[in-house]
Amino acid sequence: MRPISMERVERTRKDILDIIESPVLTHEQKLTNLANQADSLMEVLDLPDGLEEYLDPVPGRQCICDLYEGHAPMRPRYIIPDYDKFFAEGSEFLQLAPPTDFFEAVNNLLIIYKHVPSITNYPVYVGALDKLLDPFIQDMDDDLVKKHLKLFLTHIDRTVLDSFSHANLGPEATRAGRLILEAERDLELAVPNISLKYDPDITPDDFALEAVKTCLRSAKPSFANHKMFRSELGDDYVIASCYNGLLCGGGSYTLCRLILGNIAKRAENIQDFKENVLPKVMDLQARYMDSRVRFIVEESGFFEHHFLAKEGLIHRDRFTAMYGLVGLADAVNILFEKEGKEGRFGHCKEADQLGVEIMDQIDAFNQSHEAPYCEATGGHYLLHAQVGIAQDVDITPGTRIPIGEEPDTLFEHLENCSLFHKYFPSGTGDIFPMEMTARKNPQFILDVVKGAFQKDLRYLSFHDKDSDVIRITGYLVKRSEIEKYQRGERVLQNTTQLGAGAVQNGRVLERKVR
Amino acid sequence: MVTDNQANQKYPVNQIIPFSCVDGPGNRTAVFLQGCNIDCRYCHNPETRRLCINCGACVEKCPVQALYTEDDKVKFRPERCVRCDTCIRICPHDASPRIREMTVREVFDEVTKYAVYISGVTVSGGECTLHPQFLKEFFGLCKEAGLNTLLDSNGMISYELMPEVMAVTDGVMLDIKAFDEKEHKSVTGSDNVQVLKHAAYLAETGKLAEIRTVMVPGLNDGEAIIHEIAAYLKPYMDISSLRYKLIAFRQNGVREQYRHYPQPDADYMEHMRQCALEAGFREIIVI
Repeated sequence: MRPISMERVERTRKDILDIIESPVLTHEQKLTNLANQADSLMEVLDLPDGLEEYLDPVPGRQCICDLYEGHAPMRPRYIIPDYDKFFAEGSEFLQLAPPTDFFEAVNNLLIIYKHVPSITNYPVYVGALDKLLDPFIQDMDDDLVKKHLKLFLTHIDRTVLDSFSHANLGPEATRAGRLILEAERDLELAVPNISLKYDPDITPDDFALEAVKTCLRSAKPSFANHKMFRSELGDDYVIASCYNGLLCGGGSYTLCRLILGNIAKRAENIQDFKENVLPKVMDLQARYMDSRVRFIVEESGFFEHHFLAKEGLIHRDRFTAMYGLVGLADAVNILFEKEGKEGRFGHCKEADQLGVEIMDQIDAFNQSHEAPYCEATGGHYLLHAQVGIAQDVDITPGTRIPIGEEPDTLFEHLENCSLFHKYFPSGTGDIFPMEMTARKNPQFILDVVKGAFQKDLRYLSFHDKDSDVIRITGYLVKRSEIEKYQRGERVLQNTTQLGAGAVQNGRVLERKVR
Repeated sequence: MVTDNQANQKYPVNQIIPFSCVDGPGNRTAVFLQGCNIDCRYCHNPETRRLCINCGACVEKCPVQALYTEDDKVKFRPERCVRCDTCIRICPHDASPRIREMTVREVFDEVTKYAVYISGVTVSGGECTLHPQFLKEFFGLCKEAGLNTLLDSNGMISYELMPEVMAVTDGVMLDIKAFDEKEHKSVTGSDNVQVLKHAAYLAETGKLAEIRTVMVPGLNDGEAIIHEIAAYLKPYMDISSLRYKLIAFRQNGVREQYRHYPQPDADYMEHMRQCALEAGFREIIVI
């Protein structure tokens, strides 16, 4: 452990006092923030030389961002318990037997959720709820099941205080799946996020249309390209957190992101970017991630001692890590300006082509980098189009077209997306607010999804432009809660604060309505 | 058989909307042909009614010089257009200088780009049945490509007399603007004997995909229209399977002299929906 300066200790003490005295943070939010302050004093990671220059959080300059994962990670960032196994075998540590009916099933889930850690301290994956619960509802009538599902989902919303928490549905239609969709339509909750694994060859249209109707009320589920995810990650993949494809019984140790726009600012021109600046930063980020992974696996003791690992609900060799990036559009536009070229990302074939070349280069680098403890994904990290954080200013999420610059037609927008979604098995996605008229014609959205998935799009989200629950970047927030927070009131869910920041800095309420 | 002459024939296309959620079920590419044969007071796109006569009135008013005159013809530079619609508003002739003259093949090639995303194609207008040759050839190509084909039509021209068009048309979305003859005349300037006759023909041949009525309090009697249409169509088809779209009149786009009609509120439209339910319709869309 390396020493730190007293000046840094004093600065941290000041930050700690600010947290303790904060009028807007809830008790739970204060605890989380205090823990982060304690962690920030640690210096135990084996950092690559030259990293600091690129990691330093100076707006407009920072090239690598570790998303506040801390200096001494004590658990993987994203953890995906095998809830099927939990149902089959129960848990010795939690003193729970396998459930024998619907009520025990729901109760066991609500208990284990409180013991699944993650970067947010809440579970980022709450299970394939339709498949988990369907076997238990066969002898129950719809009304009773729905009543309990509503209580269950409301319980999650009020206790999993962070919308980076994800349930999965599909691809098969189930009665439980239908009832969950109906319940969510009535409840309009921000948590959990939901994805429908959609495959037109497996998912019947009537079930998919129920999903469309629900997403136009409560901004979920999103549609995940099941064929695509399955071809990359196998049958046992899940969608967790924002839209992250990960392995069931595994997860992701870490997620760091390249800030491509700021990397481009340091380059003289396109050639300098491709040959010098980008390769250097990519290598630094990869080696920084390597050191984080090694600490979690080799030093933290997590996999030796946590009950999820000891009871086989997660397996170290099902984990990988996510090599993230933001600001592809920013990089392309900055490089075009440096070259004196006209045209912008999303509006010009040549600019989009530069985007493709940059992605090919990052993909090739990632495939050549030997990542430690990532045997689950071929010994390499998985690329991830990160959705941004509340503090981002002038940083466009992942490979998206900047808000305010969307093409005139949804068709052109999707054509641009189709160039980039394929690179990101651990997640990317685009968001489309819709006019009310779409509610009268849910098949419209299903047609768009079907076409998009044929064109290699991976993940699509829609919401009614006027609904209370809205998708910020990848997570969901209630507009009414943001307004409360902006008035200086305390709000229950951590993501509301992030949403408020993103509304201000990322203009997320100004997306082009389709 | 399409001859060379026909293949080169150009048709006036007002616009092609790649993805539309309001021109039939699902996502549809909507092709709007120019020219109409009636004169509905509430028409919200009156610029589709007639062909440009090259009077040039719009050229000098265009704020971004997207229009110019060449060989006494008004020409359009789409890359300059900012869609402010000044040209349409000031046109003294209910036309548009932004029409594209396109062959069937050109229209089809554009539609092909959108094919994976759509349930089908809708041709609208103006009144698209004024261009039966276009419909026959274009829908022929669409059917070969496996696309569903719908017409959006006012029912003034006999479908029975264009069997080649109907052979490649999956259905017609028919406007029934009024049931009473006098009322129809006051809404459209024409009587509706043929509209009702053609509606019956479509219903009988299984090609009536949808009927729609624009509700304009003070101009037409929505309640009466709904009940009379139901009674009229019942001998020809099971109306519980017929989609009925009830459209609230909106003032935007409507010509100045007709803009005074009130826009029906949500309660009014809900009442209309209830009337349609009572009349036996089950698939009712209110927009």
